[in-house]
Amino acid sequence: MRFDNLSNKYKAVVIGGSAGSFQGITKILSGIPENFPIPIIMCLHRLKHVRNGFMEALNIKSVKNVIEPFDKQKIKKGEVYLAPANYHLCIELGHYFALSTEEMVNNSRPAIDITLETAAYAYKDKLVGILLSGANRDGAKGMKYIHDRGGITIVQNPDECMIDTMPSAALKITPIDYTLTIENIIKFLNQLSKQY
Amino acid sequence: MQEIHIVDLRRLTQLVKEKYNYDLTNYAMSSFKRRISRILELYNFKGLDALTKKVEEDPVFFEEFLSEITVNVTEMFRDPPFWRELKEKIIPNILLNHQKISIWHAGCSSGEEVYSMAILLKEMGILDNARIVATDIDDRIIEIAKSGIYLAKNMDLNRKNYVRFEGNSSFDDYYKEKDGKIYMDKSLVQSVSYRKHDLVTGPIFSKFDLVLCRNVMIYFNQSLQNDVLKKLHESTFKYGYLAIGSKESLIWCEIANKFIVVNNEEKIYKKIKE
Ligand SMILES: C[S@@+](CC[C@H](N)C(=O)[O-])C[C@H]1O[C@@H](n2cnc3c(N)ncnc32)[C@H](O)[C@@H]1O
Repeated sequence: MRFDNLSNKYKAVVIGGSAGSFQGITKILSGIPENFPIPIIMCLHRLKHVRNGFMEALNIKSVKNVIEPFDKQKIKKGEVYLAPANYHLCIELGHYFALSTEEMVNNSRPAIDITLETAAYAYKDKLVGILLSGANRDGAKGMKYIHDRGGITIVQNPDECMIDTMPSAALKITPIDYTLTIENIIKFLNQLSKQY
Repeated sequence: MQEIHIVDLRRLTQLVKEKYNYDLTNYAMSSFKRRISRILELYNFKGLDALTKKVEEDPVFFEEFLSEITVNVTEMFRDPPFWRELKEKIIPNILLNHQKISIWHAGCSSGEEVYSMAILLKEMGILDNARIVATDIDDRIIEIAKSGIYLAKNMDLNRKNYVRFEGNSSFDDYYKEKDGKIYMDKSLVQSVSYRKHDLVTGPIFSKFDLVLCRNVMIYFNQSLQNDVLKKLHESTFKYGYLAIGSKESLIWCEIANKFIVVNNEEKIYKKIKE
């Protein structure tokens, strides 16, 4: 696989996922290099009222420590962040997190659209957005926002998805730069990593 | 949906400050912007200018605006382990030194947190020893808190939280249900004083053994958080407790050294210095 427009200008990767994405996410987190140079921010649908366990489960195979950020925590290079249960995860100008208990969006809190849109606003064309398997349309608008601001958009290949509603919804409303299997998403991230 | 520009937002918040004496200039930007877009859609405004004009000309609408700007989402016994910690450690500790306990719910929203506290105190047999003040910036939401009337559909979640909190009674004894609505047992909160109070521009009005300000400061930027935390600090007795939301943190704030962490998971702090 060759990816053309890679460079070291990218400042963050955001990943959205829902039903059927857990395995893919685990593979990605175990397949990225240990010195992956930029922050990875994940918004994954999860049980709203179970605070603990999910981050721990992701950490089992991850090469990097996954953390749930606190409100107003600064985003650091090379860290991996996960949206906490029952809060929306927003990225503010100046690259720090803000949490919110606002109404659910697309029946979800955390909502992928909110994380993706605020990340696109803060990182502009220096953002890579990845949308994985999922059963609703959360994240599609966020991907459009990323594309409109000049970032790279990637969706998991719908053929590989356990439930393809989410990537398919994105493909319908916005140009997507790459439609990739999990394996190739990992290759992409490894090549991206080599640019730094 | 149209893009909202920060300069235009500044014009609106400046107007609100000058005309109505509320300071929204340091609210956290991303959620504040979403609140504004929501209002534009809800009331079909053409743009931010139209909204600003309406706010300027119509004080009655301004009250509605303020109510829509704030995020009121709440639950009873949110974070059940937090309430367990209050019951098992914090409140017994306070009662070691005196018989009465004073509690402030800062940003009480529709009052679910206050009912949670009242139920907890009642089950400990000390509800009559408590002085509780519950405040919020939003008049309309305080009215709901006072009424104790909630949507029945939220009760499932509240009950689940109560069960995980390990309350020692039956949750359903605390309310009656009629026509899809829940009527809380008001005797629980008969001595609670509900007041309108703005944490940003309002005065320090009393001191408390326990201050709860949970999921309120997440809507503020860091500099405003610092200012408000100073007020909360001043409103807490020495060796009293401050509780914030489970994903908030005191680490970055200026007065962190005047508190010690009592429970890091549940974000409960103890004031050790004036
Ligand atoms: C998300 S609710 C928190 C409710 C409850 N404490 C909880 O944790 O579930 C936030 C509340 O803070 C209130 N609030 C926002 N700005 C405020 C201010 N400047 N002064 C007082 N209350 C404020 C809002 O009106 C809202 O009811």
